[in-house]
Amino acid sequence: MNLLPLATMLAGLILAPFLLGVINRTKAVFAGRYGSPLLQAYYDLGKLLRKGAVYSRTTTWVFRAAPVIGLASVVVALALVPISGTPASLSFSGDLVLFAYCLGLVRFFTVVAALDTGSAFEGMGASREVQFSALAEPALILGLAALARVTGSLSLTGIFSGMAGSTWLVAGPALALIAMALLIVFLAENARIPVDDPNTHLELTMIHEVMVLDYSGPDLAMILYGAALKLWVLGALIVNVLLSLLGLSGGAALAGFALGMILLAVVVGVVESVMARLSLLKVPQLLLGAGALSILAFVLIVRFTL
Amino acid sequence: MNLPIDTILVLLILTSFLLLGSSRLATCISIGALQGIMVGLLPLAVSGAGLTVRVAAIAAVIMALKGFVFPYLLSRALRESDTSREVQPFVGYAASLFVGVLSLLASFWLDHKLKLPVHATSDLVVPVAFTMMMTGLFLIVARRTAVNQVIGYLVLENGIYTFGLAIVRDIPVLIELGVLMDMFVAVFVMGIAIYRINREFDHIDSDRLNTLKG
Repeated sequence: MNLLPLATMLAGLILAPFLLGVINRTKAVFAGRYGSPLLQAYYDLGKLLRKGAVYSRTTTWVFRAAPVIGLASVVVALALVPISGTPASLSFSGDLVLFAYCLGLVRFFTVVAALDTGSAFEGMGASREVQFSALAEPALILGLAALARVTGSLSLTGIFSGMAGSTWLVAGPALALIAMALLIVFLAENARIPVDDPNTHLELTMIHEVMVLDYSGPDLAMILYGAALKLWVLGALIVNVLLSLLGLSGGAALAGFALGMILLAVVVGVVESVMARLSLLKVPQLLLGAGALSILAFVLIVRFTL
Repeated sequence: MNLPIDTILVLLILTSFLLLGSSRLATCISIGALQGIMVGLLPLAVSGAGLTVRVAAIAAVIMALKGFVFPYLLSRALRESDTSREVQPFVGYAASLFVGVLSLLASFWLDHKLKLPVHATSDLVVPVAFTMMMTGLFLIVARRTAVNQVIGYLVLENGIYTFGLAIVRDIPVLIELGVLMDMFVAVFVMGIAIYRINREFDHIDSDRLNTLKG
Protein backbone atom coordinates (compact mmCIF):
# COMPACT_ATOMS: atom_id res chain seq x y z
CA MET A 1 0.00 0.00 0.00
CA ASN A 2 1.24 3.44 -0.92
CA LEU A 3 1.80 5.47 2.22
CA LEU A 4 2.27 8.82 0.51
CA PRO A 5 -1.43 9.86 0.62
CA LEU A 6 -1.55 9.11 4.35
CA ALA A 7 1.70 11.01 4.85
CA THR A 8 0.33 14.12 3.10
CA MET A 9 -2.82 13.92 5.21
CA LEU A 10 -0.68 13.63 8.35
CA ALA A 11 1.32 16.65 7.18
CA GLY A 12 -1.96 18.56 6.94
CA LEU A 13 -2.95 17.49 10.46
CA ILE A 14 0.40 18.58 11.88
CA LEU A 15 1.13 21.71 9.85
CA ALA A 16 -2.33 23.35 9.76
CA PRO A 17 -1.91 25.49 12.93
CA PHE A 18 1.45 26.69 11.57
CA LEU A 19 -0.43 28.67 8.88
CA LEU A 20 -2.11 30.71 11.61
CA GLY A 21 1.35 31.56 12.92
CA VAL A 22 2.45 32.70 9.45
CA ILE A 23 -0.66 34.89 9.08
CA ASN A 24 -0.13 36.49 12.49
CA ARG A 25 3.57 37.04 11.84
CA THR A 26 2.78 38.77 8.51
CA LYS A 27 0.29 41.05 10.27
CA ALA A 28 2.86 41.79 12.99
CA VAL A 29 5.51 42.71 10.40
CA PHE A 30 3.04 45.06 8.70
CA ALA A 31 2.22 46.71 12.01
CA GLY A 32 5.91 47.05 12.90
CA ARG A 33 5.68 44.62 15.81
CA TYR A 34 7.83 41.59 16.51
CA GLY A 35 4.75 39.41 16.86
CA SER A 36 3.97 36.16 18.63
CA PRO A 37 6.04 33.03 17.92
CA LEU A 38 5.26 31.15 14.71
CA LEU A 39 4.24 28.15 16.81
CA GLN A 40 1.89 30.12 19.08
CA ALA A 41 -1.19 28.22 17.85
CA TYR A 42 0.38 24.93 19.07
CA TYR A 43 1.11 26.44 22.51
CA ASP A 44 -2.50 27.67 22.70
CA LEU A 45 -3.86 24.25 21.80
CA GLY A 46 -1.59 22.59 24.38
CA LYS A 47 -2.66 25.01 27.07
CA LEU A 48 -6.36 24.55 26.31
CA LEU A 49 -6.06 20.75 26.32
CA ARG A 50 -4.65 20.80 29.85
CA LYS A 51 -7.56 22.83 31.17
CA GLY A 52 -11.00 21.68 32.25
CA ALA A 53 -14.21 22.61 30.45
CA VAL A 54 -17.05 24.65 31.90
CA TYR A 55 -20.60 24.01 30.65
CA SER A 56 -23.55 26.31 31.07
CA ARG A 57 -26.65 24.75 32.66
CA THR A 58 -28.74 25.93 29.69
CA THR A 59 -26.85 23.74 27.24
CA THR A 60 -27.70 20.19 26.20
CA TRP A 61 -25.75 17.36 24.60
CA VAL A 62 -25.79 19.26 21.29
CA PHE A 63 -23.40 21.80 22.71
CA ARG A 64 -20.95 19.09 23.81
CA ALA A 65 -21.24 17.05 20.62
CA ALA A 66 -20.69 19.97 18.22
CA PRO A 67 -16.88 20.35 18.60
CA VAL A 68 -16.33 16.60 18.18
CA ILE A 69 -18.55 16.33 15.11
CA GLY A 70 -17.03 19.51 13.69
CA LEU A 71 -13.47 18.24 14.06
CA ALA A 72 -14.39 14.79 12.70
CA SER A 73 -16.04 16.15 9.55
CA VAL A 74 -13.23 18.57 8.80
CA VAL A 75 -10.77 15.65 9.12
CA VAL A 76 -12.89 13.73 6.58
CA ALA A 77 -12.73 16.78 4.29
CA LEU A 78 -8.95 16.79 4.74
CA ALA A 79 -8.82 13.12 3.73
CA LEU A 80 -10.60 14.01 0.46
CA VAL A 81 -8.21 16.75 -0.64
CA PRO A 82 -5.23 15.67 -2.74
CA ILE A 83 -1.96 17.56 -2.51
CA SER A 84 -0.48 18.60 -5.85
CA GLY A 85 -0.58 15.35 -7.79
CA THR A 86 -0.43 13.00 -4.79
CA PRO A 87 -3.85 11.30 -4.62
CA ALA A 88 -5.99 11.83 -1.51
CA SER A 89 -6.31 9.02 1.04
CA LEU A 90 -10.02 8.79 0.27
CA SER A 91 -11.51 9.37 -3.14
CA PHE A 92 -14.50 8.24 -5.17
CA SER A 93 -16.59 9.69 -7.95
CA GLY A 94 -18.64 12.56 -6.60
CA ASP A 95 -16.55 13.17 -3.49
CA LEU A 96 -16.47 16.92 -4.20
CA VAL A 97 -20.08 17.10 -3.01
CA LEU A 98 -19.12 15.25 0.17
CA PHE A 99 -16.22 17.67 0.57
CA ALA A 100 -18.48 20.73 0.32
CA TYR A 101 -21.02 19.32 2.73
CA CYS A 102 -18.47 18.09 5.27
CA LEU A 103 -17.69 21.78 5.64
CA GLY A 104 -21.45 22.39 5.69
CA LEU A 105 -21.82 19.90 8.56
CA VAL A 106 -19.15 21.72 10.58
CA ARG A 107 -21.06 24.94 10.09
CA PHE A 108 -24.43 23.36 10.89
CA PHE A 109 -23.25 22.02 14.22
CA THR A 110 -21.44 25.23 15.16
CA VAL A 111 -24.69 27.11 14.49
CA VAL A 112 -26.90 24.62 16.33
CA ALA A 113 -24.57 24.64 19.33
CA ALA A 114 -24.55 28.45 19.31
CA LEU A 115 -28.35 28.46 19.41
CA ASP A 116 -28.24 25.81 22.14
CA THR A 117 -26.52 28.22 24.54
CA GLY A 118 -29.57 30.47 24.46
CA SER A 119 -27.41 33.60 24.24
CA ALA A 120 -28.80 36.44 22.11
CA PHE A 121 -25.36 37.39 20.82
CA GLU A 122 -24.61 33.84 19.70
CA GLY A 123 -27.95 33.65 17.93
CA MET A 124 -27.07 36.82 16.06
CA GLY A 125 -23.68 35.41 15.05
CA ALA A 126 -25.37 32.19 13.96
CA SER A 127 -27.83 34.09 11.79
CA ARG A 128 -25.02 36.00 10.07
CA GLU A 129 -22.90 32.88 9.60
CA VAL A 130 -25.80 31.08 7.94
CA GLN A 131 -26.64 34.05 5.72
CA PHE A 132 -23.08 34.48 4.49
CA SER A 133 -22.38 30.81 3.97
CA ALA A 134 -25.62 30.42 2.02
CA LEU A 135 -24.12 32.95 -0.40
CA ALA A 136 -20.60 31.48 -0.33
CA GLU A 137 -21.75 27.92 -0.99
CA PRO A 138 -22.90 28.43 -4.61
CA ALA A 139 -19.54 30.03 -5.39
CA LEU A 140 -17.68 27.00 -3.98
CA ILE A 141 -19.94 24.37 -5.58
CA LEU A 142 -20.04 26.07 -8.98
CA GLY A 143 -16.27 26.57 -8.89
CA LEU A 144 -15.76 22.87 -8.19
CA ALA A 145 -18.34 21.99 -10.86
CA ALA A 146 -16.41 24.06 -13.39
CA LEU A 147 -13.20 22.25 -12.43
CA ALA A 148 -15.02 18.92 -12.75
CA ARG A 149 -16.24 19.91 -16.20
CA VAL A 150 -12.82 20.94 -17.49
CA THR A 151 -11.11 17.72 -16.31
CA GLY A 152 -14.07 15.37 -16.82
CA SER A 153 -13.72 13.87 -13.35
CA LEU A 154 -16.06 14.05 -10.39
CA SER A 155 -13.57 13.36 -7.61
CA LEU A 156 -11.13 15.90 -6.21
CA THR A 157 -8.20 13.55 -6.79
CA GLY A 158 -9.25 13.06 -10.41
CA ILE A 159 -9.72 16.79 -10.92
CA PHE A 160 -6.32 17.79 -9.64
CA SER A 161 -4.43 14.95 -11.28
CA GLY A 162 -6.20 15.78 -14.55
CA MET A 163 -5.17 19.41 -14.48
CA ALA A 164 -1.90 20.43 -16.08
CA GLY A 165 -0.29 23.32 -17.88
CA SER A 166 -2.24 22.34 -21.00
CA THR A 167 -5.55 22.87 -19.14
CA TRP A 168 -4.46 26.44 -18.56
CA LEU A 169 -3.83 26.86 -22.28
CA VAL A 170 -7.40 25.70 -22.99
CA ALA A 171 -9.22 27.51 -20.22
CA GLY A 172 -6.71 29.84 -18.57
CA PRO A 173 -9.02 32.82 -17.93
CA ALA A 174 -11.71 30.53 -16.49
CA LEU A 175 -9.25 28.86 -14.11
CA ALA A 176 -7.99 32.25 -12.94
CA LEU A 177 -11.60 33.25 -12.22
CA ILE A 178 -12.15 30.03 -10.26
CA ALA A 179 -9.02 30.69 -8.20
CA MET A 180 -10.32 34.21 -7.43
CA ALA A 181 -13.77 32.93 -6.46
CA LEU A 182 -12.20 30.23 -4.26
CA LEU A 183 -10.02 32.85 -2.57
CA ILE A 184 -13.10 34.90 -1.63
CA VAL A 185 -14.86 31.76 -0.35
CA PHE A 186 -11.67 30.86 1.54
CA LEU A 187 -11.63 34.26 3.29
CA ALA A 188 -15.36 34.12 4.05
CA GLU A 189 -15.44 30.53 5.30
CA ASN A 190 -12.43 31.00 7.54
CA ALA A 191 -13.86 34.18 9.07
CA ARG A 192 -10.99 36.40 7.90
CA ILE A 193 -11.04 40.05 6.85
CA PRO A 194 -12.84 41.42 4.73
CA VAL A 195 -15.79 39.28 5.86
CA ASP A 196 -15.10 38.78 9.55
CA ASP A 197 -12.36 39.99 11.86
CA PRO A 198 -10.73 37.17 13.84
CA ASN A 199 -9.25 39.67 16.34
CA THR A 200 -12.41 41.58 17.13
CA HIS A 201 -13.39 41.93 20.78
CA LEU A 202 -16.88 43.29 20.28
CA GLU A 203 -19.62 40.67 20.32
CA LEU A 204 -21.90 42.85 18.21
CA THR A 205 -19.58 42.74 15.22
CA MET A 206 -18.43 39.14 15.49
CA ILE A 207 -19.63 36.41 13.22
CA HIS A 208 -17.66 33.25 13.81
CA GLU A 209 -16.00 34.20 17.09
CA VAL A 210 -19.26 34.97 18.84
CA MET A 211 -20.61 31.48 18.19
CA VAL A 212 -17.81 29.82 20.14
CA LEU A 213 -17.77 32.24 23.09
CA ASP A 214 -19.21 29.67 25.51
CA TYR A 215 -16.61 27.00 24.83
CA SER A 216 -13.65 26.42 27.08
CA GLY A 217 -10.79 24.00 27.59
CA PRO A 218 -10.51 20.94 25.32
CA ASP A 219 -13.73 21.85 23.45
CA LEU A 220 -12.30 25.22 22.49
CA ALA A 221 -9.06 23.49 21.50
CA MET A 222 -11.01 21.19 19.16
CA ILE A 223 -12.79 24.16 17.62
CA LEU A 224 -9.56 26.13 17.12
CA TYR A 225 -7.82 23.08 15.65
CA GLY A 226 -10.84 22.43 13.40
CA ALA A 227 -10.70 26.03 12.19
CA ALA A 228 -6.98 25.66 11.41
CA LEU A 229 -7.70 22.46 9.45
CA LYS A 230 -10.47 24.22 7.53
CA LEU A 231 -7.99 26.94 6.61
CA TRP A 232 -5.61 24.25 5.37
CA VAL A 233 -8.28 22.32 3.44
CA LEU A 234 -9.75 25.29 1.56
CA GLY A 235 -6.30 26.78 1.05
CA ALA A 236 -5.12 23.49 -0.47
CA LEU A 237 -7.84 23.78 -3.15
CA ILE A 238 -6.59 27.21 -4.25
CA VAL A 239 -2.93 26.21 -4.18
CA ASN A 240 -3.71 23.04 -6.17
CA VAL A 241 -5.54 25.04 -8.85
CA LEU A 242 -2.73 27.58 -9.19
CA LEU A 243 0.07 25.02 -8.93
CA SER A 244 -1.28 23.04 -11.88
CA LEU A 245 -0.06 25.93 -14.04
CA LEU A 246 3.55 24.99 -13.34
CA GLY A 247 3.01 21.27 -13.98
CA LEU A 248 5.47 20.09 -11.30
CA SER A 249 5.69 16.46 -10.24
CA GLY A 250 7.16 14.33 -7.45
CA GLY A 251 9.17 16.07 -4.74
CA ALA A 252 9.16 19.40 -6.56
CA ALA A 253 5.34 19.39 -6.49
CA LEU A 254 5.27 18.79 -2.72
CA ALA A 255 7.83 21.54 -2.13
CA GLY A 256 5.84 23.84 -4.43
CA PHE A 257 2.69 23.03 -2.49
CA ALA A 258 4.31 23.84 0.86
CA LEU A 259 5.65 27.10 -0.54
CA GLY A 260 2.24 27.88 -2.04
CA MET A 261 0.48 27.36 1.28
CA ILE A 262 2.91 29.65 3.10
CA LEU A 263 2.50 32.23 0.33
CA LEU A 264 -1.28 31.97 0.66
CA ALA A 265 -1.00 32.56 4.42
CA VAL A 266 1.17 35.61 3.73
CA VAL A 267 -1.43 36.87 1.23
CA VAL A 268 -4.13 36.48 3.89
CA GLY A 269 -1.94 38.40 6.33
CA VAL A 270 -1.37 41.17 3.78
CA VAL A 271 -5.09 41.38 2.99
CA GLU A 272 -5.84 41.69 6.70
CA SER A 273 -3.22 44.38 7.12
CA VAL A 274 -4.13 46.61 4.19
CA MET A 275 -7.91 46.20 4.09
CA ALA A 276 -10.59 47.21 6.51
CA ARG A 277 -13.39 44.81 7.13
CA LEU A 278 -16.42 45.36 4.88
CA SER A 279 -19.63 46.58 6.44
CA LEU A 280 -22.08 43.77 7.04
CA LEU A 281 -24.35 45.06 4.28
CA LYS A 282 -21.54 44.90 1.72
CA VAL A 283 -20.50 41.31 2.49
CA PRO A 284 -23.38 39.66 0.55
CA GLN A 285 -22.34 41.75 -2.44
CA LEU A 286 -18.78 40.42 -2.24
CA LEU A 287 -19.99 36.83 -1.93
CA LEU A 288 -22.45 37.26 -4.80
CA GLY A 289 -19.53 38.63 -6.78
CA ALA A 290 -17.63 35.43 -6.04
CA GLY A 291 -20.68 33.46 -7.20
CA ALA A 292 -20.79 35.52 -10.40
CA LEU A 293 -17.11 34.73 -11.02
CA SER A 294 -17.81 31.01 -10.59
CA ILE A 295 -20.79 31.12 -12.94
CA LEU A 296 -18.75 33.04 -15.51
CA ALA A 297 -15.95 30.47 -15.20
CA PHE A 298 -18.44 27.61 -15.60
CA VAL A 299 -20.03 29.16 -18.69
CA LEU A 300 -16.61 29.83 -20.20
CA ILE A 301 -15.48 26.28 -19.59
CA VAL A 302 -18.66 24.84 -21.11
CA ARG A 303 -17.98 27.04 -24.13
CA PHE A 304 -14.30 26.10 -24.41
CA THR A 305 -14.84 22.36 -24.05
CA LEU A 306 -17.84 22.07 -26.39
CA MET B 1 -8.94 29.41 -28.32
CA ASN B 2 -6.87 32.53 -28.51
CA LEU B 3 -5.46 33.46 -25.11
CA PRO B 4 -4.91 37.25 -25.47
CA ILE B 5 -8.33 37.87 -27.08
CA ASP B 6 -10.18 35.69 -24.59
CA THR B 7 -8.39 37.28 -21.63
CA ILE B 8 -9.43 40.73 -22.84
CA LEU B 9 -13.02 39.55 -23.35
CA VAL B 10 -13.20 38.04 -19.85
CA LEU B 11 -11.82 41.29 -18.43
CA LEU B 12 -14.53 43.18 -20.34
CA ILE B 13 -17.21 41.07 -18.65
CA LEU B 14 -15.56 41.51 -15.26
CA THR B 15 -15.44 45.31 -15.63
CA SER B 16 -19.12 45.29 -16.60
CA PHE B 17 -19.93 43.28 -13.46
CA LEU B 18 -17.83 45.66 -11.37
CA LEU B 19 -19.83 48.59 -12.74
CA LEU B 20 -23.02 46.82 -11.65
CA GLY B 21 -21.67 46.30 -8.15
CA SER B 22 -19.82 49.52 -7.30
CA SER B 23 -21.49 52.27 -5.37
CA ARG B 24 -19.24 55.29 -5.87
CA LEU B 25 -19.47 57.40 -9.02
CA ALA B 26 -15.72 58.14 -9.11
CA THR B 27 -14.97 54.39 -9.00
CA CYS B 28 -17.51 53.79 -11.77
CA ILE B 29 -15.76 56.37 -13.96
CA SER B 30 -12.36 54.70 -13.44
CA ILE B 31 -13.78 51.25 -14.16
CA GLY B 32 -15.40 52.65 -17.32
CA ALA B 33 -12.00 54.07 -18.34
CA LEU B 34 -10.38 50.67 -17.76
CA GLN B 35 -13.02 49.04 -19.92
CA GLY B 36 -12.40 51.63 -22.64
CA ILE B 37 -8.69 50.79 -22.67
CA MET B 38 -9.50 47.05 -22.86
CA VAL B 39 -11.77 47.68 -25.85
CA GLY B 40 -8.97 49.69 -27.45
CA LEU B 41 -6.58 46.74 -26.99
CA LEU B 42 -9.04 44.37 -28.64
CA PRO B 43 -8.33 45.31 -32.32
CA LEU B 44 -4.59 44.98 -31.60
CA ALA B 45 -5.12 41.47 -30.19
CA VAL B 46 -7.44 40.48 -33.05
CA SER B 47 -5.05 41.50 -35.82
CA GLY B 48 -2.08 39.96 -33.99
CA ALA B 49 0.92 39.66 -36.29
CA GLY B 50 -0.86 41.29 -39.23
CA LEU B 51 -0.97 44.63 -37.45
CA THR B 52 -1.25 47.63 -39.76
CA VAL B 53 -0.61 51.29 -39.01
CA ARG B 54 -4.29 51.99 -39.59
CA VAL B 55 -5.49 49.50 -36.95
CA ALA B 56 -2.86 50.74 -34.51
CA ALA B 57 -3.97 54.33 -35.07
CA ILE B 58 -7.65 53.46 -34.51
CA ALA B 59 -6.76 51.54 -31.35
CA ALA B 60 -4.75 54.51 -30.10
CA VAL B 61 -7.64 56.91 -30.78
CA ILE B 62 -10.14 54.59 -29.03
CA MET B 63 -7.88 54.22 -25.99
CA ALA B 64 -7.23 57.96 -25.81
CA LEU B 65 -10.93 58.85 -26.06
CA LYS B 66 -12.50 56.11 -23.94
CA GLY B 67 -9.64 55.71 -21.51
CA PHE B 68 -8.72 59.34 -20.85
CA VAL B 69 -10.88 62.03 -22.51
CA PHE B 70 -14.32 60.68 -21.53
CA PRO B 71 -13.34 59.89 -17.92
CA TYR B 72 -11.83 63.37 -17.67
CA LEU B 73 -15.02 65.00 -18.98
CA LEU B 74 -17.18 62.90 -16.67
CA SER B 75 -15.10 63.48 -13.55
CA ARG B 76 -15.08 67.21 -14.30
CA ALA B 77 -18.87 67.15 -14.61
CA LEU B 78 -19.02 65.23 -11.33
CA ARG B 79 -16.69 67.68 -9.58
CA GLU B 80 -18.58 70.73 -10.79
CA SER B 81 -22.00 69.31 -10.05
CA ASP B 82 -20.96 69.01 -6.38
CA THR B 83 -23.72 66.53 -5.56
CA SER B 84 -23.86 63.13 -3.94
CA ARG B 85 -20.96 60.89 -4.89
CA GLU B 86 -23.15 57.81 -4.66
CA VAL B 87 -24.75 55.98 -7.54
CA GLN B 88 -28.28 55.97 -6.05
CA PRO B 89 -29.59 52.89 -7.81
CA PHE B 90 -33.22 52.01 -8.48
CA VAL B 91 -32.16 48.37 -8.35
CA GLY B 92 -29.83 47.34 -5.51
CA TYR B 93 -26.23 46.28 -6.12
CA ALA B 94 -26.75 42.62 -5.30
CA ALA B 95 -29.84 42.47 -7.54
CA SER B 96 -27.90 44.29 -10.27
CA LEU B 97 -25.13 41.70 -10.09
CA PHE B 98 -27.76 39.01 -10.36
CA VAL B 99 -29.19 40.68 -13.46
CA GLY B 100 -25.65 40.81 -14.84
CA VAL B 101 -25.25 37.05 -14.36
CA LEU B 102 -28.67 36.44 -15.92
CA SER B 103 -27.76 38.56 -18.94
CA LEU B 104 -24.51 36.60 -19.23
CA LEU B 105 -26.41 33.31 -19.33
CA ALA B 106 -28.97 34.77 -21.73
CA SER B 107 -26.20 35.98 -24.05
CA PHE B 108 -24.55 32.58 -24.18
CA TRP B 109 -27.92 30.98 -24.88
CA LEU B 110 -28.70 33.58 -27.54
CA ASP B 111 -25.31 33.02 -29.18
CA HIS B 112 -25.98 29.28 -29.15
CA LYS B 113 -29.33 29.78 -30.93
CA LEU B 114 -28.11 32.49 -33.26
CA LYS B 115 -26.47 31.04 -36.34
CA LEU B 116 -24.27 33.87 -37.55
CA PRO B 117 -23.31 33.73 -41.24
CA VAL B 118 -19.67 34.59 -40.54
CA HIS B 119 -17.25 32.88 -38.20
CA ALA B 120 -16.30 35.14 -35.31
CA THR B 121 -12.68 35.72 -34.28
CA SER B 122 -13.26 33.96 -30.97
CA ASP B 123 -16.08 31.82 -29.59
CA LEU B 124 -16.57 34.34 -26.83
CA VAL B 125 -16.83 37.58 -28.78
CA VAL B 126 -20.54 37.47 -29.59
CA PRO B 127 -21.83 36.47 -26.12
CA VAL B 128 -19.49 38.98 -24.45
CA ALA B 129 -20.75 41.72 -26.78
CA PHE B 130 -24.38 40.82 -25.98
CA THR B 131 -23.64 40.81 -22.25
CA MET B 132 -22.05 44.25 -22.46
CA MET B 133 -24.96 45.64 -24.46
CA MET B 134 -27.47 44.29 -21.93
CA THR B 135 -25.47 45.53 -18.92
CA GLY B 136 -25.08 48.94 -20.53
CA LEU B 137 -28.80 49.18 -21.16
CA PHE B 138 -29.50 47.99 -17.63
CA LEU B 139 -27.14 50.61 -16.18
CA ILE B 140 -28.98 53.33 -18.10
CA VAL B 141 -32.36 52.15 -16.82
CA ALA B 142 -31.48 51.18 -13.26
CA ARG B 143 -29.31 54.10 -12.14
CA ARG B 144 -30.56 57.49 -11.10
CA THR B 145 -27.61 59.81 -11.64
CA ALA B 146 -26.89 61.19 -15.10
CA VAL B 147 -23.16 60.36 -14.84
CA ASN B 148 -23.91 56.68 -14.40
CA GLN B 149 -26.28 56.74 -17.34
CA VAL B 150 -23.50 58.14 -19.51
CA ILE B 151 -21.28 55.28 -18.34
CA GLY B 152 -24.05 52.82 -19.18
CA TYR B 153 -24.21 54.34 -22.65
CA LEU B 154 -20.45 53.92 -23.05
CA VAL B 155 -20.66 50.25 -21.99
CA LEU B 156 -23.45 49.75 -24.54
CA GLU B 157 -21.28 51.33 -27.22
CA ASN B 158 -18.29 49.19 -26.20
CA GLY B 159 -20.50 46.13 -26.61
CA ILE B 160 -21.61 47.20 -30.09
CA TYR B 161 -18.01 47.90 -31.07
CA THR B 162 -16.93 44.45 -29.84
CA PHE B 163 -19.75 42.86 -31.81
CA GLY B 164 -18.75 44.77 -34.93
CA LEU B 165 -15.14 43.72 -34.51
CA ALA B 166 -16.21 40.07 -34.30
CA ILE B 167 -18.38 40.15 -37.40
CA VAL B 168 -16.91 42.70 -39.78
CA ARG B 169 -13.31 42.55 -38.53
CA ASP B 170 -12.20 45.37 -40.81
CA ILE B 171 -14.28 48.47 -40.26
CA PRO B 172 -13.43 51.31 -42.67
CA VAL B 173 -11.52 54.15 -41.00
CA LEU B 174 -14.09 56.73 -41.96
CA ILE B 175 -16.99 54.92 -40.25
CA GLU B 176 -14.84 54.18 -37.22
CA LEU B 177 -13.81 57.80 -36.80
CA GLY B 178 -17.39 58.92 -37.46
CA VAL B 179 -18.69 56.71 -34.65
CA LEU B 180 -15.98 57.92 -32.28
CA MET B 181 -16.76 61.53 -33.21
CA ASP B 182 -20.47 60.93 -32.50
CA MET B 183 -19.64 59.45 -29.13
CA PHE B 184 -17.36 62.32 -28.29
CA VAL B 185 -20.12 64.80 -29.09
CA ALA B 186 -22.64 62.70 -27.15
CA VAL B 187 -20.50 62.56 -24.01
CA PHE B 188 -19.72 66.25 -24.37
CA VAL B 189 -23.40 67.15 -24.70
CA MET B 190 -24.29 64.89 -21.78
CA GLY B 191 -21.56 66.57 -19.71
CA ILE B 192 -23.18 69.93 -20.45
CA ALA B 193 -26.61 68.46 -19.73
CA ILE B 194 -25.38 67.19 -16.35
CA TYR B 195 -24.05 70.66 -15.59
CA ARG B 196 -27.35 72.28 -16.62
CA ILE B 197 -29.49 69.77 -14.68
CA ASN B 198 -27.35 70.47 -11.65
CA ARG B 199 -27.50 74.27 -12.03
CA GLU B 200 -31.26 74.16 -12.41
CA PHE B 201 -32.13 71.61 -9.75
CA ASP B 202 -29.08 71.32 -7.41
CA HIS B 203 -28.75 67.62 -8.16
CA ILE B 204 -28.13 65.32 -11.12
CA ASP B 205 -30.99 62.96 -10.40
CA SER B 206 -32.48 62.48 -13.85
CA ASP B 207 -35.51 60.72 -12.40
CA ARG B 208 -36.78 63.96 -10.96
CA LEU B 209 -36.99 65.46 -14.46
CA ASN B 210 -40.32 63.64 -14.57
CA THR B 211 -41.81 66.43 -12.46
CA LEU B 212 -41.37 68.76 -15.46
CA LYS B 213 -44.25 66.99 -17.18
CA GLY B 214 -47.34 69.21 -17.00
